[in-house]
Amino acid sequence: MKPHLLLIIVPLLAAALAAAWPCSRTRPLLLPAAGLLHTLLCGWLFFVPPAVEPGAWLAFDPLARAVLPVVSLLFLICAWYGVFYLKVRRERPNRIFVAALLAVLGLLSAGHQARHLGMLWIFTEAVTLAAVPLLHFNGTPRAFEATWKYLLVGGTGIALSLLGSLCLGYASLHGGGEGNLTFVALMAQGAGLSRPWVLIAWVLLLVGYGTKMGLAPMHTWKPEAYGEAAGIVGAILAGGVTSVAFTAILRIRCVVGAAGAGAIADHTLLAIGLFSMLVAALFLLGTRDFKRMLAYSSVEHMGILTIGAALGPAGVAASLFHVWSNGLTKGALFLSAGNIRRAAGSASMDHVRGMGLLTPRSAAIFVTGMFAVTALPPFGPFFSELKVVRAALAAGHGVATAVFLGCLLLAFCGLTRVVFGIVDGRPRHGAMAGGRRYAETTAVVLPPLVLLGLSLWLGLFQPAVLLDVWAAAAAQLYPSP
Amino acid sequence: MNPNLNLLIGLAMGLNLLSLGTSRLPALIRTMAAQGVILGVMPVMMEHEHDWRVVLIALATIAGKGLVIPSLLRRAMRTAQIDRELDPLIGFVPSLLLGAGGAIAALALAHLLPLLPEHADTLLVPGALATVLTGFILLIGRTKAISQVCGYLILENGIYLFGLLLIKAMPLLVEAGVLLDLTVGVFIIGIIVDRIQRAFDSLDTRKLTALRE
Repeated sequence: MKPHLLLIIVPLLAAALAAAWPCSRTRPLLLPAAGLLHTLLCGWLFFVPPAVEPGAWLAFDPLARAVLPVVSLLFLICAWYGVFYLKVRRERPNRIFVAALLAVLGLLSAGHQARHLGMLWIFTEAVTLAAVPLLHFNGTPRAFEATWKYLLVGGTGIALSLLGSLCLGYASLHGGGEGNLTFVALMAQGAGLSRPWVLIAWVLLLVGYGTKMGLAPMHTWKPEAYGEAAGIVGAILAGGVTSVAFTAILRIRCVVGAAGAGAIADHTLLAIGLFSMLVAALFLLGTRDFKRMLAYSSVEHMGILTIGAALGPAGVAASLFHVWSNGLTKGALFLSAGNIRRAAGSASMDHVRGMGLLTPRSAAIFVTGMFAVTALPPFGPFFSELKVVRAALAAGHGVATAVFLGCLLLAFCGLTRVVFGIVDGRPRHGAMAGGRRYAETTAVVLPPLVLLGLSLWLGLFQPAVLLDVWAAAAAQLYPSP
Repeated sequence: MNPNLNLLIGLAMGLNLLSLGTSRLPALIRTMAAQGVILGVMPVMMEHEHDWRVVLIALATIAGKGLVIPSLLRRAMRTAQIDRELDPLIGFVPSLLLGAGGAIAALALAHLLPLLPEHADTLLVPGALATVLTGFILLIGRTKAISQVCGYLILENGIYLFGLLLIKAMPLLVEAGVLLDLTVGVFIIGIIVDRIQRAFDSLDTRKLTALRE
C-alpha cells in the first residue's frame, strides 16, 4: 500500500469502525486515534516526500505537501478537543457525528491529493455531503435551517463546478485531447484547449468551487452554518474544507493559465477576492453574533487567499502560508468561541457580556486570537498578509493594495466591536443566577491555546522548510517554460 | 447523428416548460420523472455499438431519475402531509416566459460556441443550457422544500445532458460519480426535508428566517 493512499484509507476505515462501534462513551476516542495516525503519516510524507508519477490521479505532490499537513494538524487538535466536547454533550447520539468527522478527514486528504479533474470533483462533493450530519448535530430547528441552506447553496455550487469540469473536458476534447483529465495532461495541451470553452469552464468552476470556499457573493451559507455548528465543526470547515476548494481553484487556474487565459483568470480572482473582503468587512461592522462574526471573518480570509492566488508564484506562496496561519488561528478562535458560547448560552452580543469574568481563560484566548487574525504581529497571519501585500505591490496593483488594507482596517473595527462587547463589562444576572458555572477545564482550554501557540510559532520562526515547501508548490503551479 | 436524439432533447425541453407551468406538486414530480426516463434512453440511442458501460449508465439513469428519486419524493410528500399546491415566488406565467426566453437564448448561444463536427447538429448544448436555467428558475422561484429539490434535480438533468457530449471520450468515472452523488444527495435532502417538517410543521422555506441579521 502506498503511504499517500493510507492518508485516505485510514480515516475512512476509522469512520466505518466508528459507525459500527457499539459504545458511545468510548467512540469519540477514535477521533484522536485516527487523527494521530494521520498526522504521523502526513509528517513522514512531509519530511520524506515520495516521488510523484506524472500521470497519477492521486499523489502527495508539492501542492498537497504544502497544505495537507496543516489540515491534519488542525484535525488532530480538534479531535482532542472533540473527545471532551462529546463528553459534555452526552445527551446527543454521537455515532454519526464521529463517523462523519472521520470521513471528512479521509475525503479531504483525497481532495487535496487529487490530480484529476473528475476525482477532484467527486471528493469535493463527497466532503460536502459528509459534512451535512456535522451541521445538524445539535438537532435544533436553527441547526436544521442552517443545514438546509448549506445543502441548497453548497449543492448548487457543486453542481456548477461539475458543469464547469465538463466544459473543461469538452475544451480538451475539442482541441483533440484523448480524454485524459489529469491536470498534467490538460496543462500539456495548453493552447490547444478550445478558448471559449476554457473561459466558460473557468467562470463555472470559479463560481462552483468559490461557493464551497465561501467567496462573496456565494458566501450566504457560511454565517448560518458556522453560526449554528459546534466550534469544532466550524474549525474544521473553516480550516480544512475551504482549503480543499482553494487548492482546487489553484490547480484549475494553472490549466487556464496554460491555455493562455492566465491574465483573465488573475483579474477575476483579484476582483472576486477584493469583493469578498469588502462584503465581509461591511457585514462584520453590522453583525451582533460572535459566531457569525467568525464566519464573516472567514469570508474575508478566503478573499485574501484568492487575492494571493491572482499574484503569480510569490502570491501563491504567500497564500499557502496564509492557509496555514489562518487555519490555525481560526481553529483557536472557533474552539474558544465554542467554550464561551456554551458558558453564555447565547451567541448574540445582546445577551452576552462580561465573559472575561465568567470564562477568563477562553476569553483571553478569544481576544488574543482576534488580534492574531486581524494581523497583529508577531502572529502568523501578520506575516502571511504582509507577503500578500508585498506580492501585490511587486505586481503593481497599487489600488487593489489600498482597498485590501482598507478592508483589513474595517474588519479590525468590526471584530473588536463584537469581541470586546462580549468580553467586557459585568456578566448578566441570568448567566450567574443559574448557579452552575461552566467549568473551564484544562481539556477545553488547552487545544485552542495550542493552536494559538502554533500560530505564534509560525509567525516568529517561519521555518525554512515550510517556506521552501510553499515555494515548491507555487513552482509546481507555474512551471517555467 | 441520430435525428431521434434531437426529438428526445426537444421533448425534454418541452418538459422543462411543463415543469415551470405546473401548479401542483405531484405533476411536477411526474414531469421530472418523465424527463429522467427520456434522459436515460438517450445514451443508448447515441451509440451504435452498445458498450456495456453505456447500457449501465442508461439503466442507472432510468432507475435513479425515473423511479427511485420520484418515489422517494412522493413518500416524503405523503409523510410530511404537505399541501399539494405550489406556492410560487415567481409566478407561473413569468416563469414560463423566462423559461421560453431562456430556451431561445440557449439556441442562439449554442451557435456561437465551437463544437466538434459530430456534435454540430444536435440540440445537446442548447438543451443542457435551457434545462440548467429551468432548474435555477425553480430553485429560486418556488418556496416549498420539495419543489426546490425538484428544481435541483432538473438542474442536474441539464448537467447530465451536457455530459452526454463527453460520454465516449471521458471515463465512466465522471458519470458514475454523478449518479451516486445524486442519489445520496436526495436521500440526505429527503431526511432533512422530513426533519424540517417536524421542526416547523410546514415545508415552507419562507419560514426559515430565524437566522437573519
